[in-house]
Amino acid sequence: MSMADLHRLSIEQASALLASKAISSVELTRAALRRIHATDAALHSFITITDDVALRQAQTADDRRARGDSGPLLGIPVGIKDIILTQGIRTTAGSKILGNFIAPYDATVTRQLLDAGAVCVGKLNCDEFAMGSSTENSAFQVTRNPWDLERVPGGSSGGSASAVAALQCLGTLGTDTGGSIRQPAACCGVVGIKPTYGRVSRYGVIAYASSLDQVGPMARTVAGCAHMLRVIAGYDTHDSTSVNRPVPDYVSGLGESVNGLRIGIPREYFVEGMDPEVENAVRAAVRVLEQRGARVTEVSLPHTEYAIPAYYLIATAEASSNLARYDGIKYGVREAESAGLLAMYQRTRAAGFGTEVKRRIMLGTYALSAGYYDAYYLKAQKVRTLIRRDFEQVFATQDVIITPTAPTTAFRIGEKTADPLQMYLSDIFTISINLAGLPGLSMPCGFDKAGLPIGLQIVGRPFDEARVFQAAYAYEQATEWHLKRVPSDQ
Amino acid sequence: MISDENLQMDYEAVIGLEVHAELLTESKVFCGCSAKFGAPPNQNTCPVCLAMPGALPVLNRRAVEFALRAGLAAHCTIAHESRWARKNYFYPDLPKGYQISQYELPICLGGTIDIETDAGPKTVHLTRIHMEEDTGKNIHDAHGDASLVDFNRCGVPLLEIVSEPDIHSAAEAGAYLRKLRTILQYLEICDGNMEEGSFRCDANVSIRQRGASAFGTKVEVKNMNSFRNVERAIEYELTRQAQVLDEGGRLVQETRLWDPDREVTRSMRSKEFAHDYRYFPEPDLLPLMVSEEWIATVRRAMPELPDARRQRFAAQYALPAYDADVLTMRKDVADYYEEAVRRYANPKALSNWVMGDVLRVLKERKLDTALVIHEWPVAPERLAALVELIDSGEISGKIGKAVFEEMVNTGKPPVDIVAEQGLTQISDVSSIEAAIDDVLAANATKIAEYRSGKDKLFGFFVGQVMKATQGKANPQKLNELLKAKLSA
Repeated sequence: MSMADLHRLSIEQASALLASKAISSVELTRAALRRIHATDAALHSFITITDDVALRQAQTADDRRARGDSGPLLGIPVGIKDIILTQGIRTTAGSKILGNFIAPYDATVTRQLLDAGAVCVGKLNCDEFAMGSSTENSAFQVTRNPWDLERVPGGSSGGSASAVAALQCLGTLGTDTGGSIRQPAACCGVVGIKPTYGRVSRYGVIAYASSLDQVGPMARTVAGCAHMLRVIAGYDTHDSTSVNRPVPDYVSGLGESVNGLRIGIPREYFVEGMDPEVENAVRAAVRVLEQRGARVTEVSLPHTEYAIPAYYLIATAEASSNLARYDGIKYGVREAESAGLLAMYQRTRAAGFGTEVKRRIMLGTYALSAGYYDAYYLKAQKVRTLIRRDFEQVFATQDVIITPTAPTTAFRIGEKTADPLQMYLSDIFTISINLAGLPGLSMPCGFDKAGLPIGLQIVGRPFDEARVFQAAYAYEQATEWHLKRVPSDQ
Repeated sequence: MISDENLQMDYEAVIGLEVHAELLTESKVFCGCSAKFGAPPNQNTCPVCLAMPGALPVLNRRAVEFALRAGLAAHCTIAHESRWARKNYFYPDLPKGYQISQYELPICLGGTIDIETDAGPKTVHLTRIHMEEDTGKNIHDAHGDASLVDFNRCGVPLLEIVSEPDIHSAAEAGAYLRKLRTILQYLEICDGNMEEGSFRCDANVSIRQRGASAFGTKVEVKNMNSFRNVERAIEYELTRQAQVLDEGGRLVQETRLWDPDREVTRSMRSKEFAHDYRYFPEPDLLPLMVSEEWIATVRRAMPELPDARRQRFAAQYALPAYDADVLTMRKDVADYYEEAVRRYANPKALSNWVMGDVLRVLKERKLDTALVIHEWPVAPERLAALVELIDSGEISGKIGKAVFEEMVNTGKPPVDIVAEQGLTQISDVSSIEAAIDDVLAANATKIAEYRSGKDKLFGFFVGQVMKATQGKANPQKLNELLKAKLSA
């Protein structure tokens, strides 16, 4: 392989070449940075590119290897969603209000990646505070879909998805509150997994909706994601909601047969009016697994239709509180020339937050207000319980659930910005999984006539990421969608 | 002006108190920062208590243990599962924009505090005790026009102890607060310093026609930083409310601030402007589970509480109620007393010494400001030895006082002081007689006056003999011998 092609490597390929010392991390990192600088003016995946940090970390990784250290991520260039703290590096959450914020500490996931020897090439664009499905809500830039620069990469982890798809780095971290890893992974034709709630630490991850947020990896292959999740998963004493149970070796279990795997197909996810190309691709994908011995059953998740309203009450309620700390007092942008405290709060937040963030803060504030709490927040929590029970019932007889990740392929930039409700429907197939706290993976399962990738969602039982990976890997081995290259690489 | 008698005749005061007690844990309630008072501004801070983006709270279980101690001492029902809630409001000293507190499901429900009133013993019922975090402190006027914030206190654990509206006078409120503070100090969970703000009180005050069952309009009174201020503020507020009603006016539900300089309460905000705190369950923390075993462990380690100890002191040491009360006001003082009695069994004499001289020196040297006194002016075994010296006749009671002062100043044991300074009491008859003879020989005219009926001169002769013996003459013997000589 020529040095010019290094950016095309998957994590597991690069890992093998690094281990055999055929290539160095510095070479691999230089290739990634070259690719970033060549493509990002058109793509806008990155808010911050950290050339110097990356090359230093790459050198450290090579030094570690020279001393006998090893590991699947040692020397692998990755990007980190700009909502995850990276000490000494600007971390904005895609918001003007944190436009000048240099993170004073590392998120636990950042620390875990760096300890494993991964190299941070930069911070990735996202919807402001992860609120959005197109990355158009970033205060800084609109990220383009590498398959069609006129289209969105999905969101909110749009930068993370486009960077992987466009071969700017080998893997990335995203966060997923209602679909923010899976939906952009689907739009950009990459693999992304939202782990079980509590599987990965949220410490140092700027909170959008605390009871729903999870960090997860994105990569070009299932194995790449499995390697990354292995590193970031686990209990963290700094996050009381992380769960103390062992992390299995996701990678070594990948090759297990899907013979006898019980797949549930929820009828509520194949509704009239959905994009027929998406439906056909997903049904075809299920047949591929069926041919390999999986047993497919139609199942029902009867409370699905209430997921979006419940989500937009719970998530916005938590967000209205989580975002209260951005008040101009301690860090971030402040409108100092204000007459009095209240005026300073009002002007700082009016200038610092974008439209969608303000909309969600207002929604959530309303939902929690005296006299409305029972009708909105409390009722939404009850719906959440019902949705969780729907899944428990299905998982009593099924091993995984398979659905489309999103109802359509990537839409055009600007197409849905005027209609928030249409935008919210982009997450109609992913949101329930967050409400139920389950692991969900998205991977490419075809392309539509316009050449845009279609996403397949595989959902597992709580903490059963291993099984989700097995099903995904079996499908990936049987198909070649993951090998298709974006136009800029053709 | 309405007199108190009027108030008492026409109206009944209905008072409920909310106490915030800062817990004496080593670290803060949701992070590892030191919870100590008095560090330079913003020294005791970290990403968590500064509400840096992405930071998450982790519960300090020691704070829960302290809350359990308080709950058990106040006979509360301990919730096996309680919940954390966010109380949302904007203020610069509240960095997250919300305070982590407990709302619907607090850790302790119900409970009672027994107090003594002029009308006899009384039980004040508690509504609840819940846990929360303290805020930082805004500092104004220190830096030009700018206000500063010190986050050292931010995240220090607090207990909020809420009473039922069982309190019917300012004096009862004072008795309740003092009792509550004593209990928390016994439990060694709060230093109870109102001036420094580690023990704070808000009062909900209303009045109603005597005999009425419905509550009157409630006024919340804040900003009282001493027991005395609480009592005065309540007295003022009761009188003010009675006056409004007597003049045909209507009371409004509001929050009023006590102005200690002008001794009045002033309206801060009315109900319409009350905050909507938008409480909801804190998603960053799991429900707080307290097992029966945990409660049992805390219960086993509970110290004897003030009421029980007071009763035991009165019975076991045959002390007057007053003595038992004073000696058990502080756990460390009660411990000190019992250690002294264990060394030398004269409970009443030791009680007098502790209540008098020991407490006086503690106060003079401000040693009593510590939650637990470790530095005693005189060790309990030495106080016991001193009393034993007096009881045995080795030194007089008066010399004893001087020896005590010397013990405080030099730290020496009483026996050494007595020996070094030759303070041993002169009890042998011949020595005292010799001294008396000298005095009498020098005062022939005074003897004549005494014998002609000026009885008061007896004291003069005693004084002269004491002076001659440097105070060491056994006073009883001196009296006997002097009387005999003068009447001879």
